[in-house]
Parts: sequence; C-alpha cells; structure tokens
Amino acid sequence: MKLWEIAHSRTGDKGNISNVSLIVYDEKDYEYVKEKITEAAVKEHFKHIVKGEVKRYELPNAKALNFVMYDALGGGVTRSLAMDKHGKSLSSYLLDMDI
Amino acid sequence: MKKIRIGSGAGYAGDRLEPSLELIEKGELDYICYECLAERTIAIAQQSKLSDPSKGYNGLLEYRMEHALPAAIKNKVKIITNMGAANPESAAEVTKQIAEKHGLKGVKIAAVIGDDVYEHLDKYQELKIWETGKSLKELDGEIISANAYLGIEGIVKALEEGADVVITGRVSDPALFLGPLAYEFGWDKQDYDKMGKGTLVGHLLECGGQVTGGYYAEPGKKDVERLWKLGFPLAEISEDGEGTLTKVEGTGGQVTKDTCKEQLIYEIHDPENYLTPDCVADFSKVSFKEEGKDIVSISGATGKAETPYYKVSLGYKDCYIGEGEISYGGPNCLERAKLALEIVKKRLAIQKVELDEERYEIIGINSLFSDEATNYDEPREARIRVAGRTKKKSDAIKVGNEVETLYTNGPAGGGGASKNVSEIISVASVLVPKKDIQVKVVMKEAE
Repeated sequence: MKLWEIAHSRTGDKGNISNVSLIVYDEKDYEYVKEKITEAAVKEHFKHIVKGEVKRYELPNAKALNFVMYDALGGGVTRSLAMDKHGKSLSSYLLDMDI
Repeated sequence: MKKIRIGSGAGYAGDRLEPSLELIEKGELDYICYECLAERTIAIAQQSKLSDPSKGYNGLLEYRMEHALPAAIKNKVKIITNMGAANPESAAEVTKQIAEKHGLKGVKIAAVIGDDVYEHLDKYQELKIWETGKSLKELDGEIISANAYLGIEGIVKALEEGADVVITGRVSDPALFLGPLAYEFGWDKQDYDKMGKGTLVGHLLECGGQVTGGYYAEPGKKDVERLWKLGFPLAEISEDGEGTLTKVEGTGGQVTKDTCKEQLIYEIHDPENYLTPDCVADFSKVSFKEEGKDIVSISGATGKAETPYYKVSLGYKDCYIGEGEISYGGPNCLERAKLALEIVKKRLAIQKVELDEERYEIIGINSLFSDEATNYDEPREARIRVAGRTKKKSDAIKVGNEVETLYTNGPAGGGGASKNVSEIISVASVLVPKKDIQVKVVMKEAE
C-alpha cells in the first residue's frame, strides 16, 4: 500500500532545504513507519529531485518523523526554475512511497 | 493564574482579512499578531522605498489597519505586526493617520527599527555566506537589502512604553508572539525554558489558518469543515508558558492534535535545535492533547541559550527567469506537447539564447516531481512549460517568445499561450554579532 493510506505530511522550505514531515494517523503505526521509512529509503525515492543528503529526525511524543532534504529545491524559492518553487508538493510525493 | 489570549491575524503577506476581524471581535483577545513578511519580501519592499521614501511597507497595511485598528481599539486588543517591512517608521505614520481619521485620539503606535544593516555592509565583506560558504565579497550580484532577524527586544520595549500597535521590520516570526507573552508575564530574557515555550506558541500561530485546518484537507481522508469560512487560531497561555490552542466558535476549520502536529514540524529542521534570535528552542518533546472540540493543549517545549549572532538576510539582484506555456488537448496531445518542447529547445539554440539553466516540462505529467513516470493514462490535456535562467533580460524575453510562436509555427491545436519575464531577487544569509546592532523604538501618538 501507499504511505498515504496511514500517514499525512506537510512540506516546509528554508533556502534550498526542504523539510517534509511524516505523521501517522494511528499512533500505533509509528514504530512500523519508523522502521520502514528510513533516511536511505527516502533518499532513494527522491533521488531525481534531491541532490544532497537526507537527514531524519524523530519526534517521539508527537509520533512523527521529520525528513530534512538538502539541495532539494533548485536553488530555493527565490531562484528556482520550478513551478512549485517552495517544493510544497513534495509532501504528496513522500506519501506516494510504498510500504 | 494570569492568562493571555493571543490571536494570529495573518499567515502571510496577502492573507484573508475577515478571519482576523472575527478574532478581534469575538476572540476575547489581548493581542493579535499579523505575520506578513516572507524571506524575500523585504528586498522587494526596499526597492519600492528607493523609488518613494514614504513607501516600502506591506502593500495591504492601509487596508488591514483601516478595518482592524478601530475594531482592535474598541475591543482592547493590541496589534503587533511586521508589516513595516523595509520602512516601519513610515508604516507607523500611516497607521497614526488612520487612527486620527477614525477619531482614535491618544492611540500609541510604535515602530521598531534597527534591523536594517545595509549601511554597514562594508565591514562584513569577509563574513561567510551561510548558503554557499563563500565570503560576502565574492557574492555575484548587486546587494539591495540587508536585514537582521531581530528578536523580542524592540517589541517588549515598545509595549513597556505603552504602545497599542507595534510595527516592526524584520524580526523572527515567533518573536511577534513571544514578545507580548514575555512582556505580560515579565519573563526574564535568560529564562530559556520560557523563551522556548513562547517560541512554540509563536511557531504554531505564525502561519494563521495552517494550524486550524487550512493547508490540511485531503478529501475522504482528512475532511475539513467549511474552509471558505476558515477561522484563524488563538492561544490562551498561562504564566508558565503552557496553554491551549483554539479558534472562534462557529468558524470553519478544525483544531486537532493532527493539525497541530503538521504545523509543529513545518519549516523546522532539527526539532531539538530550532534557532531563533531569542533562544535555541527544543520542540522534540512537545505533546498535544485534545481537551474538547477544537481545543488542544500544548506542552513540553523548552529552550537553550541563544547564539551571539543575528541572522542577516541579504537581497541581491541575481538573474532573470523567462517562462512560456501552451496547451494541447484531445487524441495524441501528449505527443504534440513533446514535439512542442523539442521545437522550443531547438529554437532557443538557433537564436543563441544564453541559458544558465533550463527546464522543459509537461504540466500534469512531470512538472512537480520532475520524474519520468510512465504509468499514467494518456491525458486529455497537456500543457507544456519552458523556463530558463538568463543573465540578460533580452534572453529571458526570448524564452516566452519561442513558446508563443508555436501558435503559428508549432504542432496542431496549441492554445492558451502565456509568457512571463521576472527579475530575480535572491536571498543569501550571513551571521552578524548581536552587539553590532542597536534596536530602537520610535513612538507616534494619534492626535
């Protein structure tokens, strides 16, 4: 199934760095998602978009993960050639991952 | 225990006005804060100040103040905003005139200044640019603005001097909310636990409707009531820095654990180390609890000592971007769209257009995720988009022109061509010692 079935997400941007949250609907799914959706898996999924590293942070009380993706926004909102200069839609792309 | 009610009147420069008026009228607020200054906005505002020294503040300032100021004074709500952008003093003067027009004698309007360090850039030429690691003197492009992200200092000072309205230029977004909390509760600036807690309140509120169900809806999965009447958030905070988040009863949207979680992680990197001018906030242990319909309690934030630097954001003239789009429809439209892209690419080469970077894409296929996904059905419509970065404006113009000429020179049935050229003001950051910057308050009183 798609990650979309069990989790939701929002993207933020700072300069050329994108951060994509991953929040499970049912907190019982947190450990499973934490095990499957690793830095490496996300880096692979975003490989044609994100040029730099992917770093994952955990928020154990909120039962959520935060993926910080470097060199991800074509230079950032001020100079990107993309239509979606903020990379706002990357949250939806994360949720398109299979789990 | 003393409690303060603080509302969010705007999540970005162009946000809706009515939800903030609803908050002022019905939210039993002490403060309403309008966050209206994105990263690059101040550089653009600086340019408008250059062409007219009385301008350079948020373009919606008059419109917002015309409606919000009389309502706020009537309901004893203080207004705090960064709508001053590149010219807080002028914004305060305009607000004073609006107050006088409405007969609001004695209303005090403060401008917080000191964030503009453009005149002092000479001594910072050796500083490293945070984004590239190169020194400032190597920056390629004319710098047009330099503003430090100030903390709460000026806002607190303005409130101590009796301001009813505080207008700032560049301050950190959470400071707009942390400032009044620190003032009301007499928090010590070195009490970093409180600074962290207040920063969380600011962080959750600063994007307006993004915590009350805006930017959240997913039909069938995360349904949100009446987004066309979305209520903006308010927080009720106690002296210990904790409290609840809610919205005005009867407004659209929702406040739940999940809407709060999405906003908690929005635009943060390491949740243990969220850098602000007032503290290094720690959001890693934050918890939310639903106390009732649309009431969520927030707890668990803390903070550590601030760094000795302000982040200074520099706006500079970077390049031009030229763009063009045109649509194809019906049977085989995708093939015609691909041919159209090929034609434009070849035309730009024949015309010797100098492109530093270029993009050729089909909206609906690969414009958002730039992948070569193949598992889609033949679309009924396909719109191409070409974008190119150039040093010269004349080259940027040619990008859109070569898309437009597809009307009579390209594949069959192209329609709805559009083109655009933008001068790109980019942003770079350096860290400047806090001791170099003097924050000042200029007070004006309506007569």
